Amino acid sequence: MTFIETLSMAWEGLKLNKVRSLLTTLGVIIGVASVILMLAVSAGAEATIADQINSLGADLVIVGPMRGSPGASKTFVYEDALAIEENVSHIVGVSAEQFSTQDIKGGDGALEAISILGVTSDFPEVRDYALATGRFFTYEENDRKTKVAVLGHGIAQDLFGGEDSFGREITIGATRLTVVGVMEEKGIVADVDYDGRVYVPITVLFQKFATTQVGSDRIRTAYVKVEGRDEIDGVMAQITSLLAERHGVDPGNPDFSVQTQQDIIATQEATTEAFRDLLAWVAGVSLLVGGIGIMNIMLVSVAQRTREIGLRQALGARPGDVRLQFLLEAVILSLVGGLVGVLGGIGGSHLFGVLGTMRTELVPASIPLAFGASAVVGIFFGYYPATQAARLDPIEALRRE
Amino acid sequence: MTAPAQDIILPDKDLLIETRELKKRHGEGEIAVHALAGVDLGIRRGEFAAIMGPSGSGKSTLMNILGCLDRPTEGAYYLDEENVSELSKNDLADVRNRKIGFVFQSFNLLSQLSALKNVMLPMMYRIEDRLDVFEREERAIAALESVGLGDRLHHRPTELSGGQQQRVAIARALVNDPVLLLADEPTGNLDTQSSYEIMELIHNLHDQGATILMVTHEPDIAAHAERVICLRDGLVVSDGQDGSTACLAQGGVQ
Ligand SMILES: Nc1ncnc2c1ncn2[C@@H]1O[C@H](COP(=O)(O)OP(=O)(O)O)[C@@H](O)[C@H]1O
Ligand SMILES: [Mg+2]
Repeated sequence: MTFIETLSMAWEGLKLNKVRSLLTTLGVIIGVASVILMLAVSAGAEATIADQINSLGADLVIVGPMRGSPGASKTFVYEDALAIEENVSHIVGVSAEQFSTQDIKGGDGALEAISILGVTSDFPEVRDYALATGRFFTYEENDRKTKVAVLGHGIAQDLFGGEDSFGREITIGATRLTVVGVMEEKGIVADVDYDGRVYVPITVLFQKFATTQVGSDRIRTAYVKVEGRDEIDGVMAQITSLLAERHGVDPGNPDFSVQTQQDIIATQEATTEAFRDLLAWVAGVSLLVGGIGIMNIMLVSVAQRTREIGLRQALGARPGDVRLQFLLEAVILSLVGGLVGVLGGIGGSHLFGVLGTMRTELVPASIPLAFGASAVVGIFFGYYPATQAARLDPIEALRRE
Repeated sequence: MTAPAQDIILPDKDLLIETRELKKRHGEGEIAVHALAGVDLGIRRGEFAAIMGPSGSGKSTLMNILGCLDRPTEGAYYLDEENVSELSKNDLADVRNRKIGFVFQSFNLLSQLSALKNVMLPMMYRIEDRLDVFEREERAIAALESVGLGDRLHHRPTELSGGQQQRVAIARALVNDPVLLLADEPTGNLDTQSSYEIMELIHNLHDQGATILMVTHEPDIAAHAERVICLRDGLVVSDGQDGSTACLAQGGVQ
């Protein structure tokens, strides 16, 4: 009896109960899909983290209002950023940031609901984000609330096409500003469309585009670039005691947060890790349930086909032939489940991407892995029923109705 | 016919089947049933023998042991000069495959397979002298033609009459060229006309030289055989050429 012959025989056996066979594989389908999705989510999370490190720039300390602390967003203000710049040593620069959404006009174009980002003059250096043409606004321009703007690459394209926009006028809300530069193309990184924004002096944002949310001096984040990696701890300590004193709060229980990129990444990793753990759990349980389902259906099949087994034995099937036949039936079941599961996993990770729930990146190696897992499930859970079949006594089996 | 049971006696070359003091016990202790109580039997090559006896006399038990589906509790069984009572499970499977053809009362065809596929089945389990798929198909077709079913190759068992199904089963039993054909009440599920056709087929096989052992209840079916062996309570009580009369005299067949 060759392997191929046994295989085609096992296939014939499964065709006896198509619907039942398919339903049995549901657990394996979910399990395999979860394995693929799980690995795609992890890969997506890793890619996001890598992007974030690239987009923020290196050696940053990130200061912001304490999340979940009531009223904290009102107490973290522009003056705090200026105080950091003045008092904290071993820093290269501070970029205070706040944003507002406005309609803009310029050239022949008009754009609605554009993110206007108010920043300080250190922004390009702190955030490792260079200009394509022109210049960024200066410290003095920010200080004097000069009406200048630097365009994101996409905005420049939309308003002025390929033309040089230096010195051109744009209108943001009801305010006219002069374009002094265009940022280099950066694309969408970690969900932020850098090219679709306009950068203005933060003082101008406070003066002209302040909303009740933003107030006239609140900032969302202050990025502090440190001279070197070794200085990060010292700088964080200085900022913490400075702000605690300014806000009159206990440094052990502040209304602001001082974090490094590593801290932020760690929180995000924890979230994706929790999700990944959940998927791993789902995958494990489904494969187990799927395996038990396969074992169950194979035991039923052996019981129903006892007479067939007896006959095959009478015609010369060795115990090993019978075992292989039923083992292969179980493995085919689990592999068919694996195939559907792989397709489901690919579709699922695509869907996640489209819905924007979570970034996913399909890991090619996860496909053979998932297939292997389903084969292992088939062999493991098919072995016992197949052995039961092989052990049947030919006479007893032939006598069974 | 009955030789004294001693292990040193070599198997008789003229005998295809030789058993010595064959005993079979089902179960243990109080519930033990001695289905065979010491059967000495010799069947010559080319012989056609019927086995008769009342229900529960051990006919099926004897057939199962002679067919290598079961092993005796005691005693020796030589098939084709080989002591098969000592073989392993795998070796017994191979003996069944190469030397024995079974015909059952209930046909035992696989319902999901065509007549042709059913007949090809025994060749699939062959270990020695394996044939490729085309040779197998050729032989299976030849076997089906020899039982008059050349035009029913691709029919499923459910699409065939009882007599036709039994003929497929006979083709399957013959396809590996066995030395022995065992039939346990082959006409038990058939009407008179089909029974007659099946017996004609079996008779022809015997004429061509096949060794046949057949269990039956019916004296007119047994009349086709050259020899009637009569069992009672696990023992051979009569054995001869005078048809079923001796057996009927011993207490009937049912
Ligand atoms: N597997 C078994 N377990 C217990 N008793 C059995 C078994 N097979 C047969 N017997 C008993 O052995 C005796 C002979 O049975 P069997 O060979 O089937 O007789 P027959 O075929 O002549 O009717 C009967 O008493 C039967 O009940
Ligand atoms: Mg019987």
